[in-house]
Amino acid sequence: MILMLPQVATVAKAEKENSTVTTLTLNISLPRAIPGQFVMAWLPGFDEKPLSLAGASPVKISVGERGPFSSRLCGLKKGGKLWVRGPYGRGFELEGKKILLVGGGYGFAPLRFLADQARKKKITATAICGARSKSLLMAPASCKTLFTTDDGSAGIKGNVLAAMEGLFAREKFDTVYTCGPERMMGSVARLAKKKKADCQLLLERYMKCGIGVCGHCACGDRLVCFDGPRFGYEMLSNPEFERVWRDKAGHKVPI
Amino acid sequence: MMGLETQLCKMKLRNPTVLASGIRGNNAHLLIRAAKEGAGAVTSKSCSLAPREGHNNPTMINTPEAMLNAIGLSNPGVEEEIGEIRAAVMGAKVPVIASIVAFSIEDFGKVAERISEAAPHMIEVDAACPNTHREGRMFSACAQDAAAVAKAVEEATNIPFSMKLSPDVPNIGEIAQACVDAGADAITAINTMGGMYVDAYARRAVLHNWFGGVSGPALKPVALKAVYNIRKAVGPKIPIIGTGGISTGMDAIEMIMAGANAVGIGSAVVLRKNVFKGVCSEMSAFMKEKGYKRLYELKLEE
Repeated sequence: MILMLPQVATVAKAEKENSTVTTLTLNISLPRAIPGQFVMAWLPGFDEKPLSLAGASPVKISVGERGPFSSRLCGLKKGGKLWVRGPYGRGFELEGKKILLVGGGYGFAPLRFLADQARKKKITATAICGARSKSLLMAPASCKTLFTTDDGSAGIKGNVLAAMEGLFAREKFDTVYTCGPERMMGSVARLAKKKKADCQLLLERYMKCGIGVCGHCACGDRLVCFDGPRFGYEMLSNPEFERVWRDKAGHKVPI
Repeated sequence: MMGLETQLCKMKLRNPTVLASGIRGNNAHLLIRAAKEGAGAVTSKSCSLAPREGHNNPTMINTPEAMLNAIGLSNPGVEEEIGEIRAAVMGAKVPVIASIVAFSIEDFGKVAERISEAAPHMIEVDAACPNTHREGRMFSACAQDAAAVAKAVEEATNIPFSMKLSPDVPNIGEIAQACVDAGADAITAINTMGGMYVDAYARRAVLHNWFGGVSGPALKPVALKAVYNIRKAVGPKIPIIGTGGISTGMDAIEMIMAGANAVGIGSAVVLRKNVFKGVCSEMSAFMKEKGYKRLYELKLEE
């Protein structure tokens, strides 16, 4: 359990990555943080939200514009301030000699961080980066990266699953790491299981406390902030995975 | 575990640890999980008549000495909560306490009546929330208001209920006694204590709501005194769930010696793995060492 108050950070670099995603590099480092962990990013007087780490030394976060908070974060320029606390949660565990990273949308950001770590540990990684269209694709990882788009505007036309099938037809992977829309991750996990690979996925829920107290980010009896956000095959039998999340009041909302 | 059984009104608990309200939410899956993890009883997060989104983040800050929160009583409303409590009563093999909250005396009665449909073993009434008719003053800030809440709940349900009181008063014993006189079957003490953290760089309070409730280790001495004062005031027969800063078996032993029949565990669920089982085995070890056979033998010598 990490006990801390938020610490102030300055934006060292703000890069617009595609039509909706901005990647912020901060002037602080969290040397012990690992890919898959998250920080709570706070804009005082406004709101605070969980963001998966896209890098730890220095801290990087990739923010997709979704609502008022993310828009404001995406609008930060070099020299802008934000406060972070963390890292929180359980991150990815690097396992095997050959791994496959499958990301959808800005879910690809933590997988790029993982690719960097894999390279340091001399693990061979291959990545699939998918999006609806070219304007939503993320930049490649530090390993071999295949791109897919639903509309065929860039890379392979189709979803990440088709690309994944194609890769598995030619080679074997020990572990598949995935992050993106929940139903996509469910499909990726089921395919990985069929191919007898291990699988780790990164879950997202509406979070309040971020430290395992409030119960808001529950998925069944698992807490995404505390037991996750990295989960494995056990999610496939979780009654709420791919089905339900809880909104700000805790109402169950179908996925 | 031998010798740890206790009773709250008609509920028999296999051990005195109770998951405190507000921890791990309104959701049945999480209440059942706490029961599996060893809690003697579980309390749901408070539900109100209408759904509430609560405050913006930050809603919670955790430091080694204390946890500070202002979630803002977010909950999906009593209508949805009835289903969750029903599922928890079915699935948890321990008593389920449904916590309720309201912002007027009348609404306390309404929520109590509705949540009773789910047949929880007990209802806990969060009387430390602000009364919108009294400029936001807590119901439990004075004996008269707290008693009015207890009376409204007493008239609305046949299920035993406990009044959860705030420590931010000079006369908690008197307030507890007024609740009992108005029909309360038990007392839960204490709620969090008012507090605030400041970020000097932001020149703001850290919580979005500015103020929040202090829990965790810093709350223990406050809770011990409150429970002691309440026990003196209400006499030996009214059950007390002593809550505040308990994370070890010795904390629990001390709380029971101060007058509690059971102990609420809140913040400690994130401070310590397997906290319910840990607290119970440490209590047993102390009792064995000192030759205590039953919890009621744990008393202060005065």
